[in-house]
Amino acid sequence: MSNAATSLPATPDRRLGSVLDATAGVLLKHMPAISAGLGLIVLWQLIVWFFEIPTFMAPSPVDVFFAFQENAGILWANLLPTLLEAFLGFVFGNLVAILLAIWFVHSRTAERAFYPIAVFIKAIPIIAIAPILVLIFGNGLAPKIIIAGLICFFPTLVNMVQGLKSASPAMLDLMRVLSASNTEILWKVRLPSSMPFLFAALKIAATSSVMGAIVAEWIGSSFGLGALIIEATYNFRSPLLYATVVIAAVMAVILFFLVSIVEARVIRWKPAANH
Amino acid sequence: MLGAPKLKPEIDAPAAPSVAATAVSIRNVDVRFGDGVNEVTALSGISVDIPEGAFVTMLGPSGCGKSTLLRCVADLIDVSEGSVTVFGRTPSQARQNRDFAFVFQDATLLPWRTVLENVSLPLEVGKHARTGDYADPRALLQMVGLAGRENALPHELSGGMRQRVAIARALVTRPRILLMDEPFGALDEITRDRLNEELLRVWQETGTTILFVTHSIPEAAFLGQHVLMLQAHPGRMKEFMKVDLPFPRSLAVRDTVEFIRVTAHLRKLLEECL
Ligand SMILES: Nc1ncnc2c1ncn2[C@@H]1O[C@H](COP(=O)(O)OP(=O)(O)OP(=O)(O)O)[C@@H](O)[C@H]1O
Ligand SMILES: [Mg+2]
Repeated sequence: MSNAATSLPATPDRRLGSVLDATAGVLLKHMPAISAGLGLIVLWQLIVWFFEIPTFMAPSPVDVFFAFQENAGILWANLLPTLLEAFLGFVFGNLVAILLAIWFVHSRTAERAFYPIAVFIKAIPIIAIAPILVLIFGNGLAPKIIIAGLICFFPTLVNMVQGLKSASPAMLDLMRVLSASNTEILWKVRLPSSMPFLFAALKIAATSSVMGAIVAEWIGSSFGLGALIIEATYNFRSPLLYATVVIAAVMAVILFFLVSIVEARVIRWKPAANH
Repeated sequence: MLGAPKLKPEIDAPAAPSVAATAVSIRNVDVRFGDGVNEVTALSGISVDIPEGAFVTMLGPSGCGKSTLLRCVADLIDVSEGSVTVFGRTPSQARQNRDFAFVFQDATLLPWRTVLENVSLPLEVGKHARTGDYADPRALLQMVGLAGRENALPHELSGGMRQRVAIARALVTRPRILLMDEPFGALDEITRDRLNEELLRVWQETGTTILFVTHSIPEAAFLGQHVLMLQAHPGRMKEFMKVDLPFPRSLAVRDTVEFIRVTAHLRKLLEECL
């Protein structure tokens, strides 16, 4: 792509053309999913009309569409804190999980001591931790970031430990014959082997961090998509409620795709065949 | 009667009375795995000297301890009894000194590294090990017939090509000994024949001592100056014999009467091991 751009005098026309081609390709590939989605929305609209369902109970897609227009400012203002919490939670939760996994792989004692604690923390429902953290950290961003981070933490820890251990015994023998140090083995063998496992976890974390942030905002928060959901529900502003939910879902999906894009750039290799 | 005059069993004889030094000296080696009721004796009372510059193939029934013996030399397993020395040093010192390289059955390439990066791996790790005097990775790739594929990833190569990369990687530190554990075991026969010929060429060009484990009688006879035959339960020496076929050998040697005598003899020995 960049090569072509430097070697050919790429006119705006041609570039636009190739972008359109690419877009058309993506649309064509996802045609079944797009049609199914549109079909469901139309069906929803028809059901609301046909059964004359009151708007507060279930708004029609058209109502939701207008809710987006009317509340664009509110939605935007509340989206940013939630995005920030989800993003920071994602970064810190995964970072801690990755570092712990590296420690566990190098120390059996550390693994035996802390893995059970990690499992125990995982076992506490996040809904139950949220109020505790709000009591401790107050009503700001901190408890939300922590909850978003906690929700990312466990799947990444488990996958990363497994990934770091997935290096084949033959590769480790090879490194030993080469007198490689533990640090060299970590960088040259263990971390690269763990990448597919790590990205599987990061894709889960991308969506669950948004969920964590929203759930955290349910507990007495005055900002964020979570707070907006609670407020819209209590005031029977169902179109706004639905619009908020759609925004939250779109945000999670975008984060998921961002992780997928990074994954595709990082993992260009396949495991060698016939092993 | 078969081939008897051609084969000189050397089991108790001292190493060939030439000027060649001893590359690997194995003395009364026992290896046991596990303990208590689970103890398995993998090797028992192995003694053999591998002369410097020799090509020794190792043959024996499955589970007789061929890999175990090779891994003792490579400092991947500690012997339970006896001693292994590599150019007069312990296997651990020899490893630090980069005296030997190991080629595994599956090429064991790092799949995220290109061919060239895989061959260069030994130059990047083990910084505290001996450095300097290394071969040029590109020249080695040329030698194993992979010039032009430097930037390919392992999954883009055939099994035979991957094994060539593994051999180039093993040669990059200019090891004095090449330890090979069934390196061509997973390849088809035509590829295996080609690589056998190339390996002989590499051996003659570099003067490296080679210890080569195989399951194939013709391969053992074709490659080996000497064949070390082990027998199972527990793993012990059956025979260490010279193969009297002239070098350089080409694949055509396998159609000669002499070659067939050697393989027939090896087959008979192998059957006695069972
Ligand atoms: N790490 C280990 N732990 C326990 N037993 C082992 C271990 N490695 C090898 N053994 C045992 O030692 C014996 C010799 O094994 P080894 O792998 O050296 O045989 P081999 O001659 O290489 O066999 P093959 O031809 O099938 O590769 C076998 O009985 C095996 O079960
Ligand atoms: Mg073996």
